Amino acid sequence: MSTPLLELDKVTIKFGGLTAVCDFTMNIREGELVGLIGPNGAGKTTAFNMITGVYQPTSGSICFAGLCTAGVKPSKLAGRGIARTFQNIRLFRSLSVIDNIRVAKQLHNRQGYLSSLWRGKAWKRSEAEIEKDAIELLEIFDLAKVRDEMATSLPYGDQRRLEIVRALATRPKLLLLDEPAAGMNPSEKDDLMRLIRSIKERFGLAVLLVEHDMKVVMGICERIAVLEYGRKIAEGTPKEIQCDPKVIEAYLGAAAV
Amino acid sequence: MPDPLPPVEKPAPVAAGFSLLTGAKRWLVVGIALALLASYFSGTFNRYYLGIGIDVGIAIILAVSLNLINGHTGQFSLGHAGFMAVGGYFAAWLSLQMGVNAKVMFPLSLLAGGLFAAVVGLVVGVPSLRLRGDYLAIVTLGFGEIIRVIAQNTEAVGAASGLKGIPKFTNLGWTFGLAAVTIYAITALVNSTYGRGFLAVHDDEIAAESSGIGTTRYKVTAFVTGAFFAGIAGGLYAHHKQFLAPTGFDWLKSVEIVVMVILGGMGRTVGVIAAAILLTVMPELLRDFAEYRMIVYALLIIFLMLVRPGGLFSINFKRRSAA
Amino acid sequence: MDFQQTIQQLINGLGLGSIYALIALGYTMVYGVLRFINFAHSDVLMLGAFSALYIAPKVEKVLGPQSVTGAILVIVFSAAVCACLGMLIEFLAYRPLRNRPKLTVLITAIGVSLFIEFTCQNDAIFGSATRAFPKLLPEQQFHLGKIVLGSNDIIVPVVTALLLVGMWFIVQKTRIGTAMRAVSFNQQAASLMGVPVNRIISFTFGLGSALAAVAGILYSMKAPGIEPLMGVQPGLRAFIAAVVGGIGNLPGAVLGGLLIGVLETFAGGIPGLSNYRDAIAFGILILILLFKPAGLLGRATIEKV
Repeated sequence: MSTPLLELDKVTIKFGGLTAVCDFTMNIREGELVGLIGPNGAGKTTAFNMITGVYQPTSGSICFAGLCTAGVKPSKLAGRGIARTFQNIRLFRSLSVIDNIRVAKQLHNRQGYLSSLWRGKAWKRSEAEIEKDAIELLEIFDLAKVRDEMATSLPYGDQRRLEIVRALATRPKLLLLDEPAAGMNPSEKDDLMRLIRSIKERFGLAVLLVEHDMKVVMGICERIAVLEYGRKIAEGTPKEIQCDPKVIEAYLGAAAV
Repeated sequence: MPDPLPPVEKPAPVAAGFSLLTGAKRWLVVGIALALLASYFSGTFNRYYLGIGIDVGIAIILAVSLNLINGHTGQFSLGHAGFMAVGGYFAAWLSLQMGVNAKVMFPLSLLAGGLFAAVVGLVVGVPSLRLRGDYLAIVTLGFGEIIRVIAQNTEAVGAASGLKGIPKFTNLGWTFGLAAVTIYAITALVNSTYGRGFLAVHDDEIAAESSGIGTTRYKVTAFVTGAFFAGIAGGLYAHHKQFLAPTGFDWLKSVEIVVMVILGGMGRTVGVIAAAILLTVMPELLRDFAEYRMIVYALLIIFLMLVRPGGLFSINFKRRSAA
Repeated sequence: MDFQQTIQQLINGLGLGSIYALIALGYTMVYGVLRFINFAHSDVLMLGAFSALYIAPKVEKVLGPQSVTGAILVIVFSAAVCACLGMLIEFLAYRPLRNRPKLTVLITAIGVSLFIEFTCQNDAIFGSATRAFPKLLPEQQFHLGKIVLGSNDIIVPVVTALLLVGMWFIVQKTRIGTAMRAVSFNQQAASLMGVPVNRIISFTFGLGSALAAVAGILYSMKAPGIEPLMGVQPGLRAFIAAVVGGIGNLPGAVLGGLLIGVLETFAGGIPGLSNYRDAIAFGILILILLFKPAGLLGRATIEKV
């Protein structure tokens, strides 16, 4: 197999005196569906933030598609193919559903400042195409009907889906999902699991999933890494993780082992 | 200890309706034609009202251009008067240098003023726009003051006693024609896929970055564009009042423009234009009460923020999440 | 500039800087507790000076002119008046906006500031003309070679130092100070721990306003006169000082104040630079924000995503 899509090598980050993540090493290959789990405060979202460029690691390196990500802004990394959703939904409040997608389509849009002022034929064609693509994407996720509604007026589950669609609109190679099942009921979680699997197939991307719901994680992940207090304590298939004594201790305490 | 912050909130703007505005250029042409028509007949207008009309046009340009920065992109700039000063002084200086040819070169002088202001906007914007909301306000205020102090000490533009004897080239045609251009430019920019980026930056910078929007670049672009049109407004102002004093471009002037943007509902172009008209005409109507003008301004600001942060003309759309 | 002139400038600069430091403390305390810039703070300075203007004659009638006790009484009463005014402003204009976006409160603060300034300019209140400030203390001058040391030059830093020690004591050693610090770290947690957040915030405003009032009086003792817009320039410099030192950081505010005061005074003495005096403080601010955005003594807070 060629080089992994995402390589984390001894990644460490300190906030003042607090070490949030320590010596985190992990690889993700193209098309893999990997889970990242651990008790609250283990550093999972912090790891996400480092991969997407929001935080810079104090030491260690992160490489995506062979290129180092140190000091690269999140918008540039989005251009290289990393997309994400957020733990607390971060949709654009003053924009409609379709506009939220539009913003993400700007990344691959060649019409910029001057074209938008001049509004020539090329610009009009490009805008029509962008609209068509956005509607198509929304249709896959059954959100096309509400495309002109304000994004934050949608029900919670739809907002989560919209955030995923927005991430997909940037044509990523790696999709990071931060607790996508939070706040969902069991049937919604089943739908989500099917959705994630189908996204992976359809768009051919790798997925890194942070999630607390074990049923979801064990159900769809091919491989799982476990963080505790910022360190990776285990990595393997769902079966291996379920039986790992260190993992059980981390979640349930030493007495449970 | 990292401070847990929810997505940074700004005063919620009114629903940003999007339309491709395919007919936009047609409206621009209509607008310019109307302006030229009005200008043709302006000889018959009452001098006093004509003056107010031009003031209104200039205010519209200032308010709409600041709206791109403060309203659409959500960056709090308190130094817009500084850009007006730069454009005004430069255009006026050029006119005075050119003597007989000045009238023919007037549009180029205006353009030069706008471009110079844009360059200053770039110089000011690039370092400042990395800073958070309240810091940006102070820094832009500071730059405005620095520009004022520089003008006060530059002999070539009259220093503290001001620049006198600027020829009167501004008329209704130029003013409203350029106002139409400004409105067109800002509206066209924002109503495009590219322009939705500005609004994204306003709403949530981190989400915008993750979606591929270079937030600093957008902020600087908004800043420079706003500065450009403020510079043009300055040039128009200079050739209307025929006199420029550094004290006329202090932070109070910047606050006046900011109030127009707030009153109009940050981001809402139509509201901002209406507010610009209202706040330019009203002081004239209330001439007798001139000494209370600033007190009314101040109370207006406080009232708006307490009761109607969405602006005087805001209607409550369904903005809140259903969750 | 020879050595003696340099010392003279230094003395003047420290005097000015002490006043900036007092005002900056108010800005930084309010920012620490509420995370917003109280634009109206500079006007409390002015109100302090005007309070003294009205209180001084009354005190003089009882204690006779230019007495130390009299001066102290004037300062204390003026500070008390301004503390109440500060708390009133917080209650009326800022408290209702406690949960609104920071930009909204900032704009309101600008409105309050303008309201105070222009209402006071109205002839019905103070009028816009400059008025002479009463002499609270006899002026003596000490000569050390070519250096002139006025009694004010000694009083201002001493008073400032005393107040700073008092402030440090309150913030570090008293319960209410601990409560202030708790609120500045995390308002919600503090209130869950039983801290009466509203009262602490009022107290902070009151304290900051009292300091501004004292600063206003000290400033007026050296200034040619007082008028309603007198607070704008010193307030702006002091705010810059607070940011330069690290906003939210009390020692930083003092350091920033002294730094700005000294640099401004020296710049005023340099022929080419003196015209740009007003812009010096802003220039320093911009430099600091570019290279050390958290300020000289501040620590950068990291936003949790």
